[in-house]
Amino acid sequence: MMSTNKRIRVLMAKPGLDGHDRGVKVIIHALRDAGMEVIYSGLRQTVEQIIAVAIQENVDVIGLSILSGSYMGIARRLMARIKEEGLDDCLVIFGGNILERDVAGLKSLGVAEVFNHHADMTEVVSYIRNNAAAGAA
Amino acid sequence: MAKSKDNGAKKERPVREAAYNSGKPVPVVYGPDAPDEGYREKLGAPGEYPYTRGIYPTMYRGSLWTMRQYAGFSTSADTNARFHFLLGNGQTGLSMAYDLPTQLGLDSDDEAAQDDVGRLGVAVDTAQDMADVFEGIPLDKVSVSHTINSTAAIIQAFWLIAAERQGVALDKLRGTFQNDMLKEYIGRGTWIFPPRPSMRLVADIIEYNAKHCPRVNAVSVSATHIAETGATLAQDVAFPILNALAYIRELTSRGLHVDDFVPTMSFHLSVGGGVGPFNLLESIGKLRAARRIWARTMKEKYGAKNPKTMQLKFSTGNCGSRMAAREPLNNIVRQTLYTLAAVMGGTRSVNMACFDEAFEIPSDESIRTALRIQQVIAHESGVADTVDPLAGGYAVEAVTDQVEEEIQAIVDDYESRGGIVPFIESGEIQRLLARQAYEHQRKIADGEQVWVGVNKFTSEEEDRMSAGEGLYEADDSALEKQKERLARVKAARDEGEVAAQLEKLARACESKENLVPYLMESARARLTVGEMTGVMRGAFGAYVEPSVV
Repeated sequence: MMSTNKRIRVLMAKPGLDGHDRGVKVIIHALRDAGMEVIYSGLRQTVEQIIAVAIQENVDVIGLSILSGSYMGIARRLMARIKEEGLDDCLVIFGGNILERDVAGLKSLGVAEVFNHHADMTEVVSYIRNNAAAGAA
Repeated sequence: MAKSKDNGAKKERPVREAAYNSGKPVPVVYGPDAPDEGYREKLGAPGEYPYTRGIYPTMYRGSLWTMRQYAGFSTSADTNARFHFLLGNGQTGLSMAYDLPTQLGLDSDDEAAQDDVGRLGVAVDTAQDMADVFEGIPLDKVSVSHTINSTAAIIQAFWLIAAERQGVALDKLRGTFQNDMLKEYIGRGTWIFPPRPSMRLVADIIEYNAKHCPRVNAVSVSATHIAETGATLAQDVAFPILNALAYIRELTSRGLHVDDFVPTMSFHLSVGGGVGPFNLLESIGKLRAARRIWARTMKEKYGAKNPKTMQLKFSTGNCGSRMAAREPLNNIVRQTLYTLAAVMGGTRSVNMACFDEAFEIPSDESIRTALRIQQVIAHESGVADTVDPLAGGYAVEAVTDQVEEEIQAIVDDYESRGGIVPFIESGEIQRLLARQAYEHQRKIADGEQVWVGVNKFTSEEEDRMSAGEGLYEADDSALEKQKERLARVKAARDEGEVAAQLEKLARACESKENLVPYLMESARARLTVGEMTGVMRGAFGAYVEPSVV
């Protein structure tokens, strides 16, 4: 299945001060089991740190996990920096405690997809496989 | 099981009257007519070693468990109002939530704090904020549980000073500081300093409180976060016990004996969290087994003479992981089961997740419902009328023994390899739990583990909560309000005094002295959380996470 494509490279990051990392670690396991290469940022990363790693590691996907509710400010700053750095072909996805009513707002900032408390980890895997530049057939 | 006449139960305090539907009185406790050696060794009467049946002779017939729900948000004025609301609704203790910047030692005017000020708890920058949170709430009357860890020594200093200002003597204070740093590295993530200096701070608080405010639990060795990170039922008791033993070694290495300080240590055990299936009987058995293991460990391995050292004091709770986002009202039934397990397992205090926990900070309605669940169980179920009501049952005793064996095996394994700390430092425990959490999630995705309303018996019901209806609304004005408060405090300080105090604190950090008195002095001099944390970071360094996944 992966033979014609290079392996998808994903940066999973925990921005802000939120320390809840069970979810992000579950997703990392799922992505690795699906054959992707995953880099984990660790807790409490600033937008600048996330951008720096994304560039250095040349990732196809940036996944942010936020359970503290403070996703809007982070999304605004991150998406602005992504445009500045010309990382537009990088797929940005958000996960965590995110209200449905805010999903449209996140997407209008350039976030590709949002996986909240209803999402199943298999949905995340197949979404990335189907939409990441490196993975798309 | 024979009918009993309260055998073995010493009546220390008057008990509440209770009657069956027939009108016949409910005995406080049932037990064997003629307790044999086996009974005394494994169970004992409630209030007697090894405390399997509870640490008090009369349990909830003497007094009910403390009912508290976690609360605190925005600024001190808002949290003060919420506390008055909860006390007015019959809540008997307070559980205080601090915002993430406060938990991480960042002042509200710090650039890194801007998204989170007052969001998940109240913002506390200085001793003044703490005094305002407890305006009109007498600290000698209400016990307060504080969910604070890395900055616990600073926050406790603020609270002690708030009491001082109310004219309350320190030895009259009742409460608990979570102050459980080792589990922060395992699961909760609000670490600042590396594990070793963090353990010194934990030990400083334990040593100070044992001497000056013995009714303020200096640590709440916590299972809930470990469970939520991905622990099994046995691990979620074994790992906290291992953490507690690490703290104990820190204090015994200062020349103290367990009887000097263990009575100020408490536990927060998990019911209904973790990975794998929930089982009501097994959860009850776990709490009973935990008491027996602790009593035996303290007496046999550490030479405890004081019964209070041997009595495992614990509150119980769970976090949100089993609170489903689909059909969230079903969570009320789940909370009821977990609360029932906690009560039948002999907890001293309960705080359970709320039914909207999967979405946001609980609303007034869901917090009230969580409290009502406890009140219904206390007053309408009868389970609070009989101490350790399941004791002697084939199933519960067998499962208690089984879980005890599982917990003890894990404790012995790590203890024989030098204790748990090196395995936290290397990230081994974190990686183990992450793997287990993933396996649990896969079983839910595969439908192997049933989650009603989520992967079985599902509906297409419209999800009013995801739309945001009825949910708690974050207060966007908290940041500006809090920054103004902080600026006012800073403007009124004598900068020379502040600089001198920071210098003094820095010297104390480099010494081996107990830091608590220095932090209290700093709090009186109106130093901020951020300033004190900055000094400590300078002395202790910053933690670098090992590979955790």
